[in-house]
Amino acid sequence: MTPLLQVRDVAKFYGARRGCEGVTFDLWPGEVMGIVGESGSGKSTLLACLSGQMAPDRGEVIYDTRDRGPVDTRAMSEPERRMLMRTDWALVHQNPRDGLRMGVSAGGNVGERLMAVGARHYGDIRARAVDWLGRVEIDADRVDDRPTAFSGGMQQRLQIARNLVTGPRLVFMDEPTGGLDVSVQARLLDLLRGLVREMGLSAVIVTHDLAVVRLLADRLIVMKDGRVVEAGLTDQVLDDPQHGYTQLLVSSVLQV
Amino acid sequence: MTEYNFAYLDEQTKRMIRRAILKGLAIPGYQVPFASREMPMPYGWGTGGVQVTAACLVPEDRLKVIDQGADDTTNAVSIAKFFRRTAHVEVTERTVEASLIQTRHRIPETPLREDQILVYQVPIPEPLRFLEPRETETRKMHALEEYGLMHVKLYEDISRHGAISTAYAYPVRVAGRYVMDPSPIPKFDNPKLAGMAAVQLFGAGREQRIYALPPWTEVISLDFEDYPFEPTKADAACDLCGAEDSYLDEVIVDDAGGRIFVCSDTDHCRARRAAGHLGAQGVPYEEGAA
Repeated sequence: MTPLLQVRDVAKFYGARRGCEGVTFDLWPGEVMGIVGESGSGKSTLLACLSGQMAPDRGEVIYDTRDRGPVDTRAMSEPERRMLMRTDWALVHQNPRDGLRMGVSAGGNVGERLMAVGARHYGDIRARAVDWLGRVEIDADRVDDRPTAFSGGMQQRLQIARNLVTGPRLVFMDEPTGGLDVSVQARLLDLLRGLVREMGLSAVIVTHDLAVVRLLADRLIVMKDGRVVEAGLTDQVLDDPQHGYTQLLVSSVLQV
Repeated sequence: MTEYNFAYLDEQTKRMIRRAILKGLAIPGYQVPFASREMPMPYGWGTGGVQVTAACLVPEDRLKVIDQGADDTTNAVSIAKFFRRTAHVEVTERTVEASLIQTRHRIPETPLREDQILVYQVPIPEPLRFLEPRETETRKMHALEEYGLMHVKLYEDISRHGAISTAYAYPVRVAGRYVMDPSPIPKFDNPKLAGMAAVQLFGAGREQRIYALPPWTEVISLDFEDYPFEPTKADAACDLCGAEDSYLDEVIVDDAGGRIFVCSDTDHCRARRAAGHLGAQGVPYEEGAA
């Protein structure tokens, strides 16, 4: 078996300042990888490099494509990379407004990816949109409402539906539960966990919330100042942190 | 110096515009940037079309200018007058006699010939503009043929109105490649774009873009398999000439709500009446009478 995503010594610099450096890991099919760290630790930079939104200065990001096997995404042509972005990959933004078209109805938002890959039958597109709204617990009668009429939690669920409708294999999530209140967060996490298991998705989740990785991630890497300071199985890292920074991170979680 | 250069623009400018036109013809539907000049008329009055016309005109040309199909509306009259004064070309109202036709929002009903040029005035050349405001992004979408978004607009139409309600500026795909805004012509005119014998040139002055359709180009209006493209018009016949197959304007004729339908193409209507066709409220045609 080949890893779905092989990350080799990825580095990104902003001028002389380090975004991230020396990041290496493998992501296997069906696995969920959590990336945690404080603000400014290079998590989002790393995610942008992995998902092709930003070109890393150094290193390789090798994706196991369906038709050609492992390919370095940096060496791909832009059309190829964008095609991947619309089909095999999904990107869930922290703020649903970045990932949704706010002026387009919920059904149109979910249908966009289908139309982008060539679906041209209105009835089919709509049926699949309604089906996906149901899977993320949005009522079918909201299909023609715009996301502006949705609550924050619903917008985030809509964004997830919009991303998963083409059956991607790899999902990048940037703080998927940021900005939501705790009960909504819990339901969203529950939903995500169900979808990930059911669809056999691989995912890279960036978050500063340790509860999120505890629930979703199989493995974890901890970043500080652009470097990986600790990596391992989620429970192992969270229950027995070795690095001083990880210990600080784990002990900083507020207990109720 | 008291005289304008022929057709107002200087020769270097016309040359620049002709280059853009040639490039546009070579890549049907592709929007070619050009250095649009300040014209002696406001934006939105056809500054793009006027520049394309100026670059194409030769002294032997016969010019026809229409606005919404009519030769006698303000915009059309002003532009015709402009070229009569700056190029001393002959101006005609008859489609069959014209060698160059500048139009706003209509295609003449009379089929055009290979020796004619049709110039469109275009307000917004980018069909994806209202869906994606970033020019950098729309250019990339054209380059990579990412046109799924165009269908999102049509999807929204159907989900909101039960049918594709876009009635004008209906997006088309040109020669299997570029998606193009045909300027705000009614979708009734869309089928005429395809396989037309005349050269079709599109000029957007404020947006500084020229694009073109060479003769006999394949032009397909976008649609869904289960909601096919349908050209629409008012369900009536022209009250002056009785035509049932031409695009109609609804005209209010009194303060009591009286209304009639008339051909939007005034030359087509005149020619039909001259040939003896008579609508419900038409009067027999007399040469020289309105």
